[in-house]
Amino acid sequence: MTFQGTAQLIFYAVVLTGLAYPLGIYMARVYDGKLGLVNGRLAAGERWFLRLVGSAPEHEQNWKQYAGSTLVFTIVFTVLVYLLLRSQGHLPLNPDDLPGVSAPIALNTAASFVTNTNWQFYGGEYTMSYLTQMAGLAVQNFVSAAVGMAVLAAVIRGFARRTTSGIGNFWRDLYRSLVYILLPLAVILGIVLISQGVPQTFDGHATATTLQGGHQAIARGPVASQIAIKQLGTNGGGWYNSNSAVPFENLNGITDVLEDIAILLIPMAQVFMFGRMIGRMRQGWAIWGAMFVLMVAGVAITYPAEQHGSQVLRDSGVNITAGSQQSGGNMQDKEVRFGIADTSLWASTTTNASNGSVNGGHDALTPIGGAVPLVNMFFGEVIWGGVGSGLYGMFFYVLIAVFVAGLMVGRTPEYLGKKIEAREIKIAAVGALFVPSMALVLAAISVVTHAGLASVFNSGAHGFTEALYAYTSQSNNNGSAFAGYGALPFSANLGAVALYLGRFVPLLAALAVGGTLAAKKTLPESAGTFKTDGPTFAVLLVAIIVLTAGLMIFPALTLGPIVEALS
Amino acid sequence: MIRSVVRSIVAVVVLTVAFGFIYPVVMTGIAQIAFKDKANGSLITRNGHVIGSRLAAQEFTKPEYFHERPSATVPAYNAMGTTFSNLGPTSPELTDQVKKQIAAVMKLEGPYNSGLTVGDIPVDAVTTSGSGIDPDISPAYAHLQARRIAAVRGIPVAAVEQLITKNTDGRSLGFLGEPGVNVLELNLALDQMKGNQ
Repeated sequence: MTFQGTAQLIFYAVVLTGLAYPLGIYMARVYDGKLGLVNGRLAAGERWFLRLVGSAPEHEQNWKQYAGSTLVFTIVFTVLVYLLLRSQGHLPLNPDDLPGVSAPIALNTAASFVTNTNWQFYGGEYTMSYLTQMAGLAVQNFVSAAVGMAVLAAVIRGFARRTTSGIGNFWRDLYRSLVYILLPLAVILGIVLISQGVPQTFDGHATATTLQGGHQAIARGPVASQIAIKQLGTNGGGWYNSNSAVPFENLNGITDVLEDIAILLIPMAQVFMFGRMIGRMRQGWAIWGAMFVLMVAGVAITYPAEQHGSQVLRDSGVNITAGSQQSGGNMQDKEVRFGIADTSLWASTTTNASNGSVNGGHDALTPIGGAVPLVNMFFGEVIWGGVGSGLYGMFFYVLIAVFVAGLMVGRTPEYLGKKIEAREIKIAAVGALFVPSMALVLAAISVVTHAGLASVFNSGAHGFTEALYAYTSQSNNNGSAFAGYGALPFSANLGAVALYLGRFVPLLAALAVGGTLAAKKTLPESAGTFKTDGPTFAVLLVAIIVLTAGLMIFPALTLGPIVEALS
Repeated sequence: MIRSVVRSIVAVVVLTVAFGFIYPVVMTGIAQIAFKDKANGSLITRNGHVIGSRLAAQEFTKPEYFHERPSATVPAYNAMGTTFSNLGPTSPELTDQVKKQIAAVMKLEGPYNSGLTVGDIPVDAVTTSGSGIDPDISPAYAHLQARRIAAVRGIPVAAVEQLITKNTDGRSLGFLGEPGVNVLELNLALDQMKGNQ
């Protein structure tokens, strides 16, 4: 670890928080309809959209109606993306003449993009036409993100409102997420990326005659517009196979830090948005504290592990010492311009959020460096997490923490003045534990079947980690990969199951919690009320997460990364 | 139920047009007006011919050129098929590849650097990059190659060292990222230096 590297990490955390706070306040106003723009001229667009989809502007849905709109909308989009993938060979905007995508890959990819995951069982630049990337995948980058954001807004209203069944209007929340939040941010980030050198063109690949007289074809396209939203919407699917390690997606220290900030910007802003929407900023800060501690812990483990280097590189005798002339460390599958600090930070943040884009290869991370992204994901993507899905996933742990605290002091648990009863705790337990359990079961299936084992690339303990990582990533809708893991029908289909269930079980559970809480009275705070707005609660929350999800994955960790680190 | 499916289809069409077409087209318009060269892939031309992009490594095997980092793409430095090596940290294949690469560097640079040891080789010279087209090498690896370039080209080592320093991209804004030497730009500068003599 170098002083310069550590300073960069601190700079990152400070700038990120400094940007996320005002954005969160702005977003609270957007969803509460208290923004001048929303009530003013721009509202004409919103009314037009709501009329188009046949929803009355002031109509409020109960949680079941809200969930229904979300599901039907997502299913229709899935069908469109699937058809687009299959038929791209016959459609326009395909300058490099790429054929249609095979059925299992199309099934997995459609599932992957509508669930805000962007797991990629394909290499973008040689599989997907410009039309598919733009009209299929990049649209999902916006829309799947907006769906998560809308659902979160509805769940928060459940906490904030009292004795009502209405928690918002899906179509209105969807529109506001897209037009007032994601689009402006994507335009700004996209233009900055283009100004640095990320391509944005409809011309096909470029051809060059190299200095030595060879031939080189160079893939390009409307890249920047897609990269901007893939980071902001915690999507992560790259234009290129090597994702944000490719210089055309991410070419210098500026683009790297901006893209990395974009990964966590909205998820962190939503924590502040929550505080504002319930009118108690300190509640938001308590959750911020818990998430921040877990984030820092991850980076603090990965960075030194990667700088220390892998066993193979240390044994080889080459110079891996950091200095002014090189960043040293485990440079396998990493880029010179990012070095160890920036790649370690990204590996951690991209798995905190459900982003999954990478600026270096995760398969080649050191055993301990690679265990951190795995654990980050396994916690259920609640350390900031995906846009929307991160915080509503965290609410499950919050309710469990409140429940545990209630048991300890022998009082009925309350959160934000709402009595937390058996029904909410049951739903929260399902929301918190379903996904990690599924990840373990699917990983187990994949390593005891011949078809599953065929997908593994590296042998031994590392191969087990690949499979565990694949199903943890897809179940939690992250999308990053130990990318050697293979593209066979079996793993693509099993992955699609993980993607859908991993998205919709927690989403429906969160809406159900929001719906039941909205119907409850809000009780006044009394002397015996357990405080949930201070450091004590943040510590309890961290402990609950580490004890539930952490203990679930520990046995699997010992079989994979820990065995590998000791061997 | 049917009503909500119809609503969804309408929404899907509207959103696909807005975010799938209008958004990228407008962004491309802005890009092509304001940042034409960068938006088209930062291509480098010489005598009217495209010779590569400053953002993509290309193959250098001749001894008079600086060499790139190893690449896991097929063929090497394939800018249409970027990839990681995906070799795990304890992989026997990684051990073999690193050994081979060390031998190659020793063979290439050894004759020009008396007393060269494995410990003098910087790690980026023997590891594949993330993209397979990493355009940069570390300053350490560039300096390791300087004596060979000078000897083969018959120019002073100091001139080569100077060129490396001139072509080292520092950290962005002085502190973001790591310094790197763009190999294609450095080799172009070498060729131009020869032209001037």
